Amino acid sequence: MSQLVYLVPLFPLIGFLINGLFWKRMPKTMGGVIGSVAILASFAVSVGIFLEVKSPSFQSPVIVTLFDFIQSGKLHVPFAFQVDALSALFLLIITGVGFLIHVYSTSYMHHDEGMVKYFAYLNLFVFSMLLLVLGANYLIMFIGWEGVGLCSYLLIGFWFKNRDYTNAAKKAFVMNRIGDLGFLIGMLLVLVNFGTLGYQEFFGHLKGGAAVPTSTYNWIALCFFIGATGKSAQIPLYTWLPDAMAGPTPVSALIHAATMVTAGIYMIARSGALYSLTPEILHVVAIVGLATAIVAATIAIKQYDIKKVLAYSTVSQLGFMFLALGVGAYTTAVFHVMTHAFFKALLFLGSGSVIHAMGGEQDIRRMGGLGKHMRVTQITFLIGCLAISGIPGLSGFFSKDAILADAFAHSPILYYLGIVAAMMTAFYMFRLYFLTFNGSFRGTEEQHHHLHESPAAMTIPLVVLAILSIVGGYIGMPAVMSEHNALNEYLSPVVTNFGEHHLEHTTEWMLMGISVAVSVLMIIVAYTVNRKPNFAENTGLAKVLENKWYVDELYDAIIVRPIEAFSRMMDKFAERRGIDGLVNGVGKTVRWGGDRLRLLQSGQVGFYIFIMVLGIVVLFSLSFFWVR
Amino acid sequence: MPVNSTHYLFLSLLLFSIGIMGTLMRRNAIIIFMCIELMLNAVNLLLVAFSRLYGDINAQLFVFFIMVVAAAEVAVGLAIIVMMYRKVHSVDINILNRLKH
Amino acid sequence: MDIYAILFWVLSAIAVGCALGVILSRNPVNSVMFLIATFFAISGHYILMNAQFLAIVNVIVYAGAIMVLFLFVIMLMNLNADVEPQKGHLVQLAGVLSGGVLFLVLLAAVKTAAPVIMDRTNTDIGLISNLGKVLFTDYVLPFEISSVLFLSAMIGAVVIGKKEDMHSTVSKEGTTP
Repeated sequence: MSQLVYLVPLFPLIGFLINGLFWKRMPKTMGGVIGSVAILASFAVSVGIFLEVKSPSFQSPVIVTLFDFIQSGKLHVPFAFQVDALSALFLLIITGVGFLIHVYSTSYMHHDEGMVKYFAYLNLFVFSMLLLVLGANYLIMFIGWEGVGLCSYLLIGFWFKNRDYTNAAKKAFVMNRIGDLGFLIGMLLVLVNFGTLGYQEFFGHLKGGAAVPTSTYNWIALCFFIGATGKSAQIPLYTWLPDAMAGPTPVSALIHAATMVTAGIYMIARSGALYSLTPEILHVVAIVGLATAIVAATIAIKQYDIKKVLAYSTVSQLGFMFLALGVGAYTTAVFHVMTHAFFKALLFLGSGSVIHAMGGEQDIRRMGGLGKHMRVTQITFLIGCLAISGIPGLSGFFSKDAILADAFAHSPILYYLGIVAAMMTAFYMFRLYFLTFNGSFRGTEEQHHHLHESPAAMTIPLVVLAILSIVGGYIGMPAVMSEHNALNEYLSPVVTNFGEHHLEHTTEWMLMGISVAVSVLMIIVAYTVNRKPNFAENTGLAKVLENKWYVDELYDAIIVRPIEAFSRMMDKFAERRGIDGLVNGVGKTVRWGGDRLRLLQSGQVGFYIFIMVLGIVVLFSLSFFWVR
Repeated sequence: MPVNSTHYLFLSLLLFSIGIMGTLMRRNAIIIFMCIELMLNAVNLLLVAFSRLYGDINAQLFVFFIMVVAAAEVAVGLAIIVMMYRKVHSVDINILNRLKH
Repeated sequence: MDIYAILFWVLSAIAVGCALGVILSRNPVNSVMFLIATFFAISGHYILMNAQFLAIVNVIVYAGAIMVLFLFVIMLMNLNADVEPQKGHLVQLAGVLSGGVLFLVLLAAVKTAAPVIMDRTNTDIGLISNLGKVLFTDYVLPFEISSVLFLSAMIGAVVIGKKEDMHSTVSKEGTTP
């Protein structure tokens, strides 16, 4: 089965080609069906591969080489896929969640003219993401990496008639490009120092202790991490993700919650062998991740756009994953990627359902009391909120607790700060929940009449994701609750955690108790605060939070404006005077010379003969008396 | 002084230069045309002289083909001159300044 | 000074003198006559160099056919009178000067060539049978192609010389000198 791995990205590619080439002529329903079926087929193959990888007889990894991609001198990069535990797990997440989102989209996007085009983009996105996780070397990963960047640009700016949306798309693209540059430099460093881009060869060199100074490892790891901050929305490149909510909501679920942003996590987990050699960079990763988790959580507390809250919550959760990576617990990070994919996709799709019911309204100040009208959405959304807040029994509890436990084992400071972030997570999620579904309706009469439960194509994915959000955590139970951790065992052939540590059982119970206690406390606080919602003008710190710490303004002031000013200056001086002057000057000189030379063209045949004779004389003189 | 190859060289150069001078001096298209024939003959003379010098028959055949081409050229050229005379009633090449426009 | 040298100098003098006559005589008919004389002198040179066949062809084709063609055209256009407007003296001087300079340059270029006494023993390469053999063996393809050249020249001459439609023959310029 694993030899057929090329089928997994092939189906979405075919779907993309069909939908992309014929989107003008194809009926909407058919486009949706083609797009969904393509992902479903990939999902089926992925399940087969997963089962094979899971079996004890599987020899990890299987490399499937399709063709030689680059063959130039000593550089040899095959177009190869690597099947192992890590990539198989990601395949499942991407195609599984992706399929549910496709099904959801068939209903959500049904009124949009460009629906077939939308599905083409979605398929292309899934294809790129699969390429990213399947590649057996960094170059293939980079192709997918760029591909998802491109697709996020296309999908964020899908409603391109709105100027703000296209600006958001541009912002996402540029921010991603900054990170991509880091990745690219890291890749070139690997190539220069080790002469290969393949994972197996590269990690083999690392294990063999190649004659490369430690600082080189640090640089490579740092460059890769910069790439990851771009794609996975970490400080300082996180601002694109909240803006990326401009795209259709299922896109937010697919790209900006479940899959694309996890690319950075995947890359670092994949390169775990490298990061284990560079503890300093791991510290950086942990600090950046924790800072992102806290900053994003604080911002989420004061946002009023339902999708913005979820977006900042995504950034915050990604910060948690980076924290896990930073303390060397790669499997825990992957675990959280998986559970987060479930409940964040669920939350986004739930918010999509709400927006659908509200007729496009996204401001939670105009919602409230929606629970009465859309019961399925409410319950599934509640499950999502509980999961993300880390209430015991749901998937988020296990993964978040595992991260916090690993952080505590690494350093208690990280743990305390992490608890703060987790506390805020519970608060803003339930603030969102209560404002949306509880209380009384605050929108217009018209919207009130329009309220309705979403069609089955939208609610069924919600239910499936809700179930997954509940049960998804049981594959990675902590040591105190279960004899063995299924996920860790599954991933152990591929990912080796750095600095394995074991906590006392009592300590672990205590940590769990604390985090559950603060979560519950914050839910109660959120309930009390938001029972009588008060939307007065924010002041002081709240205003700063509402304005996202003024980070966008800060970037605007210290980066965008100076660059623009510099560009204007270059335009005025270098471009207009220098280059234009040069080009126009050449033109003018030629024209001036032509004006003078034109006088020679008398049209008199006799004169031409005369000149010809003179020319012969000169040539003869040159060839006989000068050249010799 | 016995005749040697340089004599023929000088003679044909002289004839050639006379042809050039005629081309430059005269305005009558027919005279100019005749001067061109003169130049061709100067070259022919030189070729025959070299053929004689090296005992090579190929040069004489070249002369033969030059004559062939010259005959064809004269036929076409004179036809053009006649045509031009019909148009402008003159064979003065100074009238032929259309190349400017 | 043997007879060969005498003949050479006489023929050379005739050739150069008549060539000058071609470019200096004001009457085109006289020019034609001078040119015919020049061609005869050159044919004499050919005979001196044992190229009898070329001498004959030169007389027949050039002095005979081509020059008669010229003469026809001149007569046809009624140009035998001295009607040619002369170029300015300055232009004529420039023509003579540049022609002279060209002559000097070429002369200077070849004057260092070693003088070789013309060999008079091998006398039969210019005979018609030898030329004919080579012409119809080695040069048979160019020979045949030259027939195509003649054909096209003939057609071209006919097409160009054909009378045009009446309304287009009326010249718009009408700038008869």
